[in-house]
Amino acid sequence: MRLSPDEMIFWQQGFLKLNATIVFTWGLMLALAVGSKLITRNLSMDLTRSRWQNVLEILVVAIEKQIKEVGLRRPDRYLTFLGTLFLFVGMASLSTVIPGYEPPTGSLSTTAALALCVFVAVPFFGIKEQGIGSYLRSYAEPTAIMLPFNIISELSRTLALAIRLFGNMMSGAMILAILLTITPFFFPIVMTVLGLLTGMVQAYIFSILAAVYIAAATRIRESKPELDTQSSNMQDDNQRSPHG
Amino acid sequence: MLIDWFTVGAQVLNFLLLVWLMKRFLYKPILQAIDEREKRIAAQVADAHTIKAEAQRERDEFRQKNESFDQKRAALLNKAMDETNAERHRLLDEARQEADSARAKWQETLRGEHQNLKQDLTGRAGEEVFSIARKTLADLATTALEERVGEVFIRRLRAMDGRTRDELAATLRTASTPAVVRSAFDLPAEQRAAIQHALNETFSADIRLQFEIRPELVSGIELITNGHKLAWSIADYLASLEQRLGELLKEKDQTDATVEPALNQNGESQAHTTTP
Repeated sequence: MRLSPDEMIFWQQGFLKLNATIVFTWGLMLALAVGSKLITRNLSMDLTRSRWQNVLEILVVAIEKQIKEVGLRRPDRYLTFLGTLFLFVGMASLSTVIPGYEPPTGSLSTTAALALCVFVAVPFFGIKEQGIGSYLRSYAEPTAIMLPFNIISELSRTLALAIRLFGNMMSGAMILAILLTITPFFFPIVMTVLGLLTGMVQAYIFSILAAVYIAAATRIRESKPELDTQSSNMQDDNQRSPHG
Repeated sequence: MLIDWFTVGAQVLNFLLLVWLMKRFLYKPILQAIDEREKRIAAQVADAHTIKAEAQRERDEFRQKNESFDQKRAALLNKAMDETNAERHRLLDEARQEADSARAKWQETLRGEHQNLKQDLTGRAGEEVFSIARKTLADLATTALEERVGEVFIRRLRAMDGRTRDELAATLRTASTPAVVRSAFDLPAEQRAAIQHALNETFSADIRLQFEIRPELVSGIELITNGHKLAWSIADYLASLEQRLGELLKEKDQTDATVEPALNQNGESQAHTTTP
């Protein structure tokens, strides 16, 4: 039984290897980049525009709106990172309708990589927004006693991000594989539809949590008590339900 | 181990590359397009506001112009109507004056015609009188007037045509009363005898006669019997002259009567056309 597409290796030379995770990721990247390029090749600035441009605009504007709702005042700064997270995870889930495809997000290596990116992005944006001293001081808030707990929370939520996405995607693929062996015809289709839904939900959760973490890091000084409680609530949430 | 650290590194790089690609091909152009469009819409809205303000201004201006135009037009219309009324009154007065003058002229003409007619009549009457006088004088050219009258009467008696003579003869024969011979003056005995003789000869009978004197005959002799009359007298001529004169006047009156209403009608219709 294969738990992760990492185990499907096409080519290996020493430390370097080309497994299914990387190949499918490249495929998704290619599809996203080429698709975007094709649609944005001749964008209309007027009131009338093509339906594909409409789709992309709706998507981008919706992501931007979501980021704004989380509490980030300048969504354009974070749109690239958060939007790409959502699109990548979402596309990875949606593509499961293609036979023979395995979502790269079903590999713990990919989810760990994404969680690592978030883990780095949070202090990056936090420092960029309020300066390094102010950002580091926020770990010792409200008192210095809280410092280790804050660090643990930082680490654990990153781990939770990775595990949550991996667990959901992997379990979806696993359930599908198992059901295919037991009831080959109707039931797997229903589970695939459900898998698409949970995939989109996971994409949303992953990117919105990343947005919340970044918002917590960047706005901690402006309204400390409120955001503290907000971020600690989120952490509680994460710890209580690691599977989303 | 589920985590392959090489794959993790590769995926981090892949993800960062994807972030760059997406920024390059998706977010930047789309956001630019949206911004551009918003700018255009804002510009269009601003333009629309400007145009609207302009339109509002122009509308006010036009309304003002219209109002002043209406006022001017009303004033001009009133003026024109006043002028028209004045002109109408003037034309009516003129027409009336013309009609009056035409009537006066017509009356003048009528008077002239009357005058002419009078002169004409006078001339004709004179001519008639002259012709009667000439005739009378011609008749009297031979001997004394009464003798001549008697002679003329006898000559006429004899010159009667057959039918008239027969009718008169029959009347004279059957008459119960004697025939009356009237004359202006007392006839001498020989003339009375000549008349008796001529009558007897003409009608071949003994005709009883009764002589009467009637000065209104002026000069002449009449034989009257039971509804028939044989006469020659100046009074007859005068009566004939009177009759002809009467006829002439009557004729003239009729032509005047037909001309006068026609002229009246013309005058009235002219007045009507100029008084709408």
